[in-house]
Amino acid sequence: MSLNTPTSPHIHDDTSVTKVMLRVLLALVPAIIAYSWYFGWGLLINIAIAATTALACEYTMLMLRQRPVAPFMTDGSIVVTAILLAFCIPPLAPWWIAFLGTGFAVVVGKHLYGGLGYNPFNPAMVGYVMLLISFPKEMTTWLPPNLVQDLNFGFLTSLNAVFTGNLPAGFSLDGITAATPLDLIKTQLNQDITITETKNSYALFGDFGGIGWEWIGNWVFLGGVWLIYKKVINWHIPVAVLGSLFVISLVFFLMDADYYGSPMFHLFSGAAILGAFFIATDPVSAATTPRGRIIYGIGIGLLTYIIRVWGGYPDGIGFAVLLMNLAAPTIDYYTQPRVYGHKRK
Amino acid sequence: MKEYFLILLTTVLVNNFVLVQFLGLCPFMGVSRKLETAMGMALATTFVLTLSSALSYLVNVYILQLLGLEYLKIIAYILVIAVVVQLTEMFVHKTSPILYRVLGIFLPLITTNCAVLGVALLITRQDTSFMQAVTYGFGASIGFSLVMVLFAAMRERITVADVPEIFQGSAIALVTAGLMSLAFMGFAGLD
Repeated sequence: MSLNTPTSPHIHDDTSVTKVMLRVLLALVPAIIAYSWYFGWGLLINIAIAATTALACEYTMLMLRQRPVAPFMTDGSIVVTAILLAFCIPPLAPWWIAFLGTGFAVVVGKHLYGGLGYNPFNPAMVGYVMLLISFPKEMTTWLPPNLVQDLNFGFLTSLNAVFTGNLPAGFSLDGITAATPLDLIKTQLNQDITITETKNSYALFGDFGGIGWEWIGNWVFLGGVWLIYKKVINWHIPVAVLGSLFVISLVFFLMDADYYGSPMFHLFSGAAILGAFFIATDPVSAATTPRGRIIYGIGIGLLTYIIRVWGGYPDGIGFAVLLMNLAAPTIDYYTQPRVYGHKRK
Repeated sequence: MKEYFLILLTTVLVNNFVLVQFLGLCPFMGVSRKLETAMGMALATTFVLTLSSALSYLVNVYILQLLGLEYLKIIAYILVIAVVVQLTEMFVHKTSPILYRVLGIFLPLITTNCAVLGVALLITRQDTSFMQAVTYGFGASIGFSLVMVLFAAMRERITVADVPEIFQGSAIALVTAGLMSLAFMGFAGLD
């Protein structure tokens, strides 16, 4: 008869990194479909390039570091990084954008720090911010929504555009690309054109955000809520990010609706929802204590708004996440929960 | 009021002396291994920077400019900074011997912290008023302290990570500083 008692936890959930990552991938599926519906094949091509590069870099780095290859290659975490990065890249950007960004993200953002579980910065955002600073032109040539319906760009045309930069006769890249709603509002405001005027003169704005963007936002939201329901992520960070973004944009919107976009516009354009549910919640680089998560999320929401409205870049999610990543260890240090039986320090 | 707020915003975030202008990197790399020493260093530097920017402003306006000796400003500023550092050193030695021992050589080395002299020279070049000069110096030191503390907490976490052997120590710290600098570029254009 064996009397030895194993140590706690005695009841445990049957989860693993692979399972968590598969759930994240599943939660991204509606967003990928919606995104492709509005912006064509570009996203899928970018995902393919990014995922291939990511797996190749992961393999090379694991071999160089003499770590077991099979478990890390198959856990899916690197594919999640690649897909999140692909979401941030304009659909018809040249192939080397996704290639360079993913390579940088995997090698510098992840493996120099020791790989899965050690990266202090979110690898996808490291890659994205590097691309945005190094290649501002390629990273801001977004397509207008409804491109698929209007221009009838098929898979092969898109593939050709991504790899060779050639578009079908009669089209030019400058001719078909358009500013994102956030970008447009920013450049128009610099010329003293109010938001109301901009909204009336450009057909880029939908019911509450930008056309297309708002519905992609909704599908991302759905995936995110499912992740919370499945307990893959906690509610603290998404609620704090979106809540603080909503409150600060509401305050400024009520002060001057001509100069500051409405709260709904801020929530449903750019990468706010994707960032709140999928990027900021990265368990490795985010703050880990409950109070810390709230502070971390509020920080992201406020910084995003500040960079969007007063900063030089149209969307601030990437920078905000990196900035709060670098504050996360300090936040954790100061928000350690009280140990039961001890007084708060 | 808005003017002082802008000076603070610029010096703390947009033109952060460490991450954007790359000044004061020696203490940033040297004393950031532990959070507590980093905080001590940050406090000491804050004190020295604010005081020395005020004093060097006064020296510049009331001594050098009156006597037409502006070409001596580098030597004069170094003298002012050395005096302030000596003062700080005696103060720390008396009040917190432990911190004094932990900071070790880096305490007198604040004298050679290029951020301190850099702030004094930048203030002279921008032709500010006295209060603006003090705000500028204070903002610069707050920016320095902020990234110093954040960086130290981060390095404490990285020491337990499975970093590849050739990247351990200063190498990964420099990579981290680079990525932090990348993140701070998000503040560009904020004014």
